[in-house]
Amino acid sequence: MAHFEKANSLNEWLDQRLAVNTLKRVLQTEYWIPKNINFLWAMGMVLAITFGILLVSGIFLLMYYQPNVDTAFDSVNYTIMREVGFGWLWRHVHAVAASVVFLIIYIHMFTGIYYGSYKKGREIIWISGMLLFVAFSAEAFSGYMLPWGQMSYWAGMVITNLFSLGSLEFNGLVEWIRGDYVPAQAFLTRFFMLHVLLIPLAIIALIGIHFGALRLPHVNNQDGEEFDYDVEAEKYKAGDKKNSKVIAFANDFLSKDMFVVAVYLVFFFYLVFWNYSFAMDPVNFDPADGLKTPAHIYPEWYFLWSYEILRPFSKDIGLIAFGFAQVIFVFLPFLDRSPNAVPASRRGLFFIWFWLLLIDMIALTAMGKLPPEGIYSTIGFVSAVVFILLWIALPIITKFEKKV
Amino acid sequence: MENESRRGFMGKAFGAVSGVGAVASLYAMKRSWDPLPSVAAAGFTKVDLSAAEPNALVVEKWRGKPIFILKKTPEMVAAQTEEMTARDVIVGGENFLIAIGLCTHLGCIPSYRKDSTDFLCACHGGKFDSSGIDTQLPPPSPLVIPPFKIDGTTVVLGEEGPEYAKMKESGLIA
Repeated sequence: MAHFEKANSLNEWLDQRLAVNTLKRVLQTEYWIPKNINFLWAMGMVLAITFGILLVSGIFLLMYYQPNVDTAFDSVNYTIMREVGFGWLWRHVHAVAASVVFLIIYIHMFTGIYYGSYKKGREIIWISGMLLFVAFSAEAFSGYMLPWGQMSYWAGMVITNLFSLGSLEFNGLVEWIRGDYVPAQAFLTRFFMLHVLLIPLAIIALIGIHFGALRLPHVNNQDGEEFDYDVEAEKYKAGDKKNSKVIAFANDFLSKDMFVVAVYLVFFFYLVFWNYSFAMDPVNFDPADGLKTPAHIYPEWYFLWSYEILRPFSKDIGLIAFGFAQVIFVFLPFLDRSPNAVPASRRGLFFIWFWLLLIDMIALTAMGKLPPEGIYSTIGFVSAVVFILLWIALPIITKFEKKV
Repeated sequence: MENESRRGFMGKAFGAVSGVGAVASLYAMKRSWDPLPSVAAAGFTKVDLSAAEPNALVVEKWRGKPIFILKKTPEMVAAQTEEMTARDVIVGGENFLIAIGLCTHLGCIPSYRKDSTDFLCACHGGKFDSSGIDTQLPPPSPLVIPPFKIDGTTVVLGEEGPEYAKMKESGLIA
């Protein structure tokens, strides 16, 4: 057995057994963050806090929710909403957070694209981030099934049907995923399991990888400037904080982070208490009915852009376009052939590409919500084609980009 | 040297045993997700067609799916193309459409429009005629005809009768 000295304080006692001082140094006081950043660098912490809010509100919902096709709807809309003390609060918090988390994910993603934070050693950060996006999408979809309303049922029907892969007619696969010919009890219980256990576990593991992938390349800065972290850290530790290009993660950076989080939470709780209805589709307040399709089926706002890429084409081409849109972002670090990891504003054509992509995705989102008729149909089709062309153009325009 | 080959053997043996175990558990997991036998055997649905009204859509339920049953008026039958008539099920001398009422695009339920005698899917704007043949994108194929057997004026869904077999033979049912 190893030799232990008698400890003189609780901190020393813990340090002997858990190395808490080393942990604190490695994770906080000597984990270096560049100074040259702005509020967009706080989105990671905003996301972590939002995930925490989803977890806590989810735990309270889980205590009264019943994953049964006969009782699920009432357990949400009656028991939780009317009987459980503050049950409405957990539900509204959970619904609003599930929607807002995607807004922050998109901001986080486009910040990364703008500042080139996906290359020169940061590829795994980007890839694990996109896998997190996939996991959050699966989490949002499985959660959407649980109230077992009309939108739950029909979204479940339409999305699981995608797995028949069009003319390949993999109907056996669709029935295997559902555990039935149509979404029914087996479907509800397995999506409940996915929502409360398997996908959250995957998300937590991916967050660990996402954070870990950040340590060696470090956080990017506003100018994509490369510098020696050891030299800058020495300046900081020697007391020359003014001339050092870095600050400590805690408490320096964290205090700035938490300021942005506080502003965000004001906005978040404003939505929860005064404007929650955007996250609660009225159609889903009708119980699931397998013999009646709602007049309009549309996904939540954060899936509209990819839904709109599916819609204007024939079934097979639509599916191929949709599949393309789902996976293409993952390959961004390899499709961008330029050696420059600097803000888009200094990258010529890439700057135009960035804003076109952003505007195109907003246009797709807007058209996805409107009925597929007349001019909307045309704008949707053009935007879908532009989306695909932009990604095809990316390797070409970045290949000819001048080194800055 | 001797030790190394013994370690190599142990490693391979361990790998092989765990590999077999992994494949076996994957199979068990796959089977656990299969539809239950009670679900898969969700038997047969009998529908009596003698009381059906012409040009009024009846929706029955079979294996959790809606089944469209439409008795056609003589005018509708007269106006049909051969391709449409080939898909009609004749029961008691009357022409019927019998089809699974799920759009072949992504599985929404199209609604029947009496005046234009066709089906419109609200999800993505697909259209089918009164024989279930797709007339407007995105649906890639006609409404699916379920296995049926004619028994007097009743139809048994889920059982393959001679009329169904004939349709299948002529390539109407994929």
